[in-house]
Amino acid sequence: MELNQLTAHELLEKLRAQQTTPEAILDSLYARIQKIDPKVKAYVRGQADRTPTEDRHACFLLGLPITIKDNICTEGLPTECCSKILQGFRPPYDATVINKLKKSGGVIFPLKANMDEFAFGSSTENSYFGPTRNPWNLDYVPGGSSGGSAAAVASDEAIWALGSDTGGSIRQPASFCGVVGLKPTYGRISRFGLIAFASSLDQIGPITKDVQDAAILTGLISGYDPGDSTSVNQDVPDYTKSLTGDIKNLKIGIPKEYFIAGMDTEVKMIIQEAVNKLKNLGALTSPVSLPHTEYAVPVYYIIATAEASSNLARFDGVQYGYRASSDNLIQMYKLTRAQGFGQEAKRRIILGTFVLSHGYYDAYYLRALKVRTLIKQDFDKVFGDFDCIVAPTSPTSAFKIGERAQDPLSMYLSDIYTISVNLAGIPAISIPCGFTKKGLPVGLQIMAKPFNEALLFRVAHTFEQNTDWHKLKPSL
Amino acid sequence: MKYQTVIGLEVHLQLNTKTKAFCGCSTDFGKIPNSNVCPVCLGLPGSLPVYNREALNSAIKLALAFDCQIQEHTKFDRKNYFYPDLPKNYQISQFDLPLSRNGYLNIYTQGSAKRIRITRVHLEEDAGKLIHEASVSLVDFNRTGIPLLEIVSEPDLNSPGEAFDYLNSLKSIIEYLDVSDCDMEKGSLRCDANISLRLSGAKELGVKIELKNMNSFKGVKDALTFEVERQTQLLEASQELVQETRLWDVEKSITVVMRTKEGAKDYRYFPDPDLTVFTIEQSMISQARSQLPELPQEKMCRFVKEYGLTEYDAKILVSSKKDAQFAESCIANYPGKDKKEMVNWLIGPLLSESNLRKIKLHALNLDKNELISLIGFVQRQEISHLCAKNILSQLIDTGKTARDLIQEGNLQQISNVDALSGVIEAVIHENSKSVSDFRAGKSNALMYLVGQVMKKSSGKANPKVVGDLVRRRLS
Amino acid sequence: MSIDKETIKHVAHLARIELQPNELEKLFGELHEILGFIDKLSILNVEQVKPTSHILPISNVLREDAPHVSLGSDKALENAPSKKGNFFSVPKIIE
Repeated sequence: MELNQLTAHELLEKLRAQQTTPEAILDSLYARIQKIDPKVKAYVRGQADRTPTEDRHACFLLGLPITIKDNICTEGLPTECCSKILQGFRPPYDATVINKLKKSGGVIFPLKANMDEFAFGSSTENSYFGPTRNPWNLDYVPGGSSGGSAAAVASDEAIWALGSDTGGSIRQPASFCGVVGLKPTYGRISRFGLIAFASSLDQIGPITKDVQDAAILTGLISGYDPGDSTSVNQDVPDYTKSLTGDIKNLKIGIPKEYFIAGMDTEVKMIIQEAVNKLKNLGALTSPVSLPHTEYAVPVYYIIATAEASSNLARFDGVQYGYRASSDNLIQMYKLTRAQGFGQEAKRRIILGTFVLSHGYYDAYYLRALKVRTLIKQDFDKVFGDFDCIVAPTSPTSAFKIGERAQDPLSMYLSDIYTISVNLAGIPAISIPCGFTKKGLPVGLQIMAKPFNEALLFRVAHTFEQNTDWHKLKPSL
Repeated sequence: MKYQTVIGLEVHLQLNTKTKAFCGCSTDFGKIPNSNVCPVCLGLPGSLPVYNREALNSAIKLALAFDCQIQEHTKFDRKNYFYPDLPKNYQISQFDLPLSRNGYLNIYTQGSAKRIRITRVHLEEDAGKLIHEASVSLVDFNRTGIPLLEIVSEPDLNSPGEAFDYLNSLKSIIEYLDVSDCDMEKGSLRCDANISLRLSGAKELGVKIELKNMNSFKGVKDALTFEVERQTQLLEASQELVQETRLWDVEKSITVVMRTKEGAKDYRYFPDPDLTVFTIEQSMISQARSQLPELPQEKMCRFVKEYGLTEYDAKILVSSKKDAQFAESCIANYPGKDKKEMVNWLIGPLLSESNLRKIKLHALNLDKNELISLIGFVQRQEISHLCAKNILSQLIDTGKTARDLIQEGNLQQISNVDALSGVIEAVIHENSKSVSDFRAGKSNALMYLVGQVMKKSSGKANPKVVGDLVRRRLS
Repeated sequence: MSIDKETIKHVAHLARIELQPNELEKLFGELHEILGFIDKLSILNVEQVKPTSHILPISNVLREDAPHVSLGSDKALENAPSKKGNFFSVPKIIE
């Protein structure tokens, strides 16, 4: 196998044994990218660079490179959220997760991964640089908004990657691309340096080839950050210790609201088989109810767009990025934002501004905050009796490029199984559990109580080690 | 009066913490533009705020000083609007759960105390500074993020004079707390006013005019005075007033209407998701309370009780914390139980010197022991009161001792009858009209004659002795 | 509840985004549909429910009043589309 085809833990072993070097790994990645990225377009910019930037030989990661989504600030490297309005923006600082990775000896891959502009999207079709394509079938979307990261990992253009998840943006592309994606508990990983979409929902998380890599990476980037008021001061366990392979007598809830009409029948079957697999491995499954599931998407599109409308107000051409020319300030604002933002961004900003505006706040925003409470209470109740919840990550497998682009509402509905997790602030992981007849991956989602990522890794790893889905690679 | 003036004041106060509200950048004034900045106060993408503990403590102290109710659960909200001095295009402020509410402070108009209610005191962050040039505006973000308190009064003020007193009272208390420099010139205290007029006795408030751009307490008073006039004239002419914002033009001494805004502002307040809620625990309140100094009101009462000052005199002395400390050290060290003499010197000659030199009492740098010594000389009639005032001036200027100055200037008071009789005779001889006036019963004439003797003796004659001698001589 | 074109124009102004007529038209259709979908929330009885604006049960996160190293004006102005000396420069505010 080529170096770029290995997992992070396999490469770390080789690096420790001095059987390879960071430069060799980088070369292997660059060669792969040169060959297939013109088709896949997982990456958007950056120069191939072999120069070691840190002295990392004594550190854990030993120079292993990691791919970063374009909304995570990397000092000196352009970070543009794949939007025209941030063109050329070079952050004068590193995100906390980047700092942690560098301190652990990791190399920040100089090419940034493609994404839906400002993370607004579920297909990576909203990128200013054009869509990324699903490595399993180039006519299909990789999912979004972390589509670039997921596609890169799936096609071995990356060893592992960081994405961000606000309503499913790590898990859904992970499921569409047949890789592992984790959204940690809200507050587990620092948001400092993550360009904000919806502050009360955003989290950074790993996208990896297998569960062990996800466990390693999560451990490295988790932890309290005094620079983030929403980061939680709780010890980070050694997640690799939870890879025990044992899920006997684990109580798993299967939410009936997640198996509704409109769900793809193939996906339904594959998920049911996966659930059976878990049963065969000793877990005890039962149907449960999350009664407010159908309200999650509307609640999300009120809260997330409201927060986004405020978070994106700073993009005005004054300090950085794109500025439209005008001799009048107000016109400059209006033209910069009209020309700099894509359609989906404008749609969400307008919607978000509307739901906060005078006369509508109570009916929309305040009401949504209350329904959010009900959604959280649904999960609290189930976790009172069950260890975790298992469900599909997405109602369908990947859809064709262009298929939903003109229908925003249908695009929003593809987040239906992932969104509640963000609203409740709980952790969830998506792992590959099968393929449709068309050869497109299907993802299984596991959810747990806040700060119980260890359980997620245990269940996910056990399932993975007893199946071969994670070993398959696209034929690119 | 036909119309009643109704005024409310909104004060923005910069706290004197070392660092900004949400980041560790310095709050120092006057540095190179855009140097005291970081990703947080620049609002760079990805940055996040964390609130300054000391700012919260200062805010609680101030709320306690004004007897406000402190909100047990408080939070920050985003106030959304676009302006180039606002890097995130929202200001982190407080909307419906401000830190504190329902306090008051007293002003003293025409001898009696008037309670001015304080609606709320809440936390927010400052914006940057703009410099307007011909075709561009220049932005400096050094000031962005400096912690502010917004202090809003109820419309309980009924004259520009009361507004002026309110600001002075406010400043006095804040100085005592030492939570801000309170300097309108440096911008650490800013004030906007709301004023309306209504027919005396009317229940409903008149049309509210907002006034901005006043850069001193006097400016506030002048602007309000102008507005009272302007609005009165319009009302008398039965003209309708329209709710608007006006700017004070200090050069022309008028208010001018600010160019139109786009109707009522919609700030779309919502709780800031980047910051946690705050539970103001009893321990935090107790700690802040324990850090409260004796406030002007309390000190005033104590001066009256302990040193027998009148309320009027005490008020003058406590208005500035450092002045009060200086005054108290003078009074406390003055020998004997009766402090009246010292108080008179402080309120009288010392305050005059302070006003003349345009500096504060404590800044006169007068050694209290020398002052006490000087007063002693007067008490023992070794120098005249008039002379002592001159020596006071020299004490301040030279820093020499009172004794040295008296000796150097040969200023010992002359009480000796023989020494004085020559001068007295000369004055009587030169002022025959006054002499006859006195003999005719005009007592003022005696004072005039005594004054002449004082003049001729270069102030060294003992006026009391002179008075007796002249009276005896002429009867 | 729905949204009319005047409201969209007003909201676009609040958000400082200039909309072209065809954009306005398109947005009107899309937002109408999305708001119709969002309206399903109105059937829920949430009177006794407390709103969740912060999902984490943490409070009182504060920092010490201690200085850190600031960026300095060179770094602060590095990305500026337009600057003059140590200032960011923006077009004049014309009311």
